[in-house]
Amino acid sequence: MNGFALDLAHLLAGALVLLSFMMLYQDRLYALLNVFALQAVALSLSVAWQAWIQGAPHLFITAAIALVFKAIIIPVSLHRIVARLGVHREVETVVSMGPTMLFGIGLVALSMVVMLRVTTAADPLAREDIAFALSVLLLGLLMMITRRNAVSQVVGFMSLENGLILAAAGAKGMPLVVEISVAFSVLVALIVIGVFLFRIRERFDTVDVGALDRFRGERG
Amino acid sequence: MSALDNGVVLILALPAATAALLALTPDYRLSARLNVLSCLLTLLAALTLLFEKPAPGPYFNVDDLNIVFIVLTAFVGLTTSIFSASYIAHELEIGRFAPIHLRFYHAMYQALLFSMNLALVANNIGLMWVAIEMATLTTVLMVGLYRTREALEAAWKYFILGSVGIAFALFGTILVYMAARPVVGEGFDGMVWTVLIKRVSAFDPALLNVAFVFLLLGYGTKVGLAPLHAWLPDAHAEGPTPISAVLSGLLLNVALYAVLRFKMLLAANAGALAPGPLMVTMGLGSLIFAGFMLYRRRDIKRMFAYSSIEHMGIIAFAFGMGGPLANFAGLLHMTMHSLTKSAIFFAVGHIAQVKGTQRIADIGGLTVTHPALGWGLVVGVIAIAGMPPLGVFTSEFLVVSSTFARQPLLALPLVAGLLIALGALVLRLQGLAFGAPTADSAPSQASYAPMFTHLALVLVAGIYLPPPLVAWFQHVAGLLG
Repeated sequence: MNGFALDLAHLLAGALVLLSFMMLYQDRLYALLNVFALQAVALSLSVAWQAWIQGAPHLFITAAIALVFKAIIIPVSLHRIVARLGVHREVETVVSMGPTMLFGIGLVALSMVVMLRVTTAADPLAREDIAFALSVLLLGLLMMITRRNAVSQVVGFMSLENGLILAAAGAKGMPLVVEISVAFSVLVALIVIGVFLFRIRERFDTVDVGALDRFRGERG
Repeated sequence: MSALDNGVVLILALPAATAALLALTPDYRLSARLNVLSCLLTLLAALTLLFEKPAPGPYFNVDDLNIVFIVLTAFVGLTTSIFSASYIAHELEIGRFAPIHLRFYHAMYQALLFSMNLALVANNIGLMWVAIEMATLTTVLMVGLYRTREALEAAWKYFILGSVGIAFALFGTILVYMAARPVVGEGFDGMVWTVLIKRVSAFDPALLNVAFVFLLLGYGTKVGLAPLHAWLPDAHAEGPTPISAVLSGLLLNVALYAVLRFKMLLAANAGALAPGPLMVTMGLGSLIFAGFMLYRRRDIKRMFAYSSIEHMGIIAFAFGMGGPLANFAGLLHMTMHSLTKSAIFFAVGHIAQVKGTQRIADIGGLTVTHPALGWGLVVGVIAIAGMPPLGVFTSEFLVVSSTFARQPLLALPLVAGLLIALGALVLRLQGLAFGAPTADSAPSQASYAPMFTHLALVLVAGIYLPPPLVAWFQHVAGLLG
């Protein structure tokens, strides 16, 4: 049973990393949002499994938040925003896909080396979970850096946040996980979608952050 | 017990309740007054904490370290709210603010004070993280308040970089919990700072090291240490000036406080890496980088934002050096910088309103056209450049002399950085204060009381530090190790 519990936990956490890679090579916004929704489902399953094997019922709340909020509400509303604002449907990248993927592989290797080495004392469940979580976090960061559209940067940030929730759920008995996931999901999503995209559209006629570059920060 | 807890409850409940109230108050004159009143009451509540510290609980803890930060936050919060009242009246007149924005602005101002106080009194590292995230989000909203293209870009940049920093900090927090779990056990105690510091010597050092790197990068972004500072000048320059004052004077300190708490954890674990050299490197890097950047600034608020990076560098350097004297100097410098920099922003806010521009080239001869404002700026800039007899000189002198005594080689880049920044500030000050006077675009209707109060305090601190204050700071410096 224990072996099976571990295997399934690793399978689900590994799926998150895989989906992060899939997000890296999407070149259409809608496809990107779909993959993000899929990652949120994987996160929700992973957290729910952790809740089951740790006997920690409060984690089911975090899993439910991930499922309802990140897998359904956010992708649907981002779909609508993209459609309503007439954003370019292509994902505009700063670096092309190939080097980005290679760099992503490097990041995953790095997080495995670092985390597995320093967590030898921790229990195997948390140990590999945290290594996967760091991979998801770094891949999300990579996506934020290499994308130009505000929407895909937001998706990158939310996928980065998925990694954090995975790490928090994997750390057995960690308090405030639910509060932290609520604080993250509600506030960040609310602000990003409600305020920024709307205003950026209103003022710039594009949700491509590259258009902001005309302003270089210094007036004079 | 309940009486003891009151101070903590009050400094949290007052701003929170006022934020809700101000969101519902349509009249801006009334809400500006309520804002000041609430800040005054919060300051009084904070002062009671000086005399009666509650026992550490699972959520809140007031000790000799964070009380310094709490009182400073409450004080600068009060003076900024007074400045803000006269500032927004003008902004409303020229139409940069609509009344609906002001409701939002005042509510956010109190929400920011609430979240900073929460971060400071939190005894739980998870709660501290939530509070700092909240503080970030409220300031993002306020930076974008003018809704110009520049303001939106600044807010977006701040939001993205701040969120990445916040994410790193959370990862570090989770790692600290994982290091604590085998020793402290599962559950709530694993995140309570007062429990952690007692048991930290038995934690796995390797895990703590990695955790600290993430925490330093994460909270260091919020402190504005180079090379993670990119959001800071934009956010300072494009938001309303009271927010620049609070950002520089308070929020950077709160983030630094979080770093210090984790530094204390690492210092108490014999096997972990020394956190000092990391902070010294980042501090020196910020100081020298910002010193050079000061020369090329054309926007007055942006220039003082770079000066904040410089000073946060000095403070991080001092705390990184460690030891009673350097820690004392760091604490003193932090206090002096908060007071001086917010005073400068009070002056700059009014100057930008009077002249109708933030371009340094379009501002000149202030001592002739607006003596009070001009001389206030002169005193502020002299203070922030670290010239005697003002308080910043005292603290910088202590940082430099303690460094010379222990690591003479490190003192050389430190002094070089200080001189570079001094040169830039004096160069700019000449044109601003004594150059050919430029035309005004609006009459001056400033309230100078907050600015001169701060400057007077800095001057007094430079000449005479009261022994109780010295003893208190020395005690805290000892705690920091």
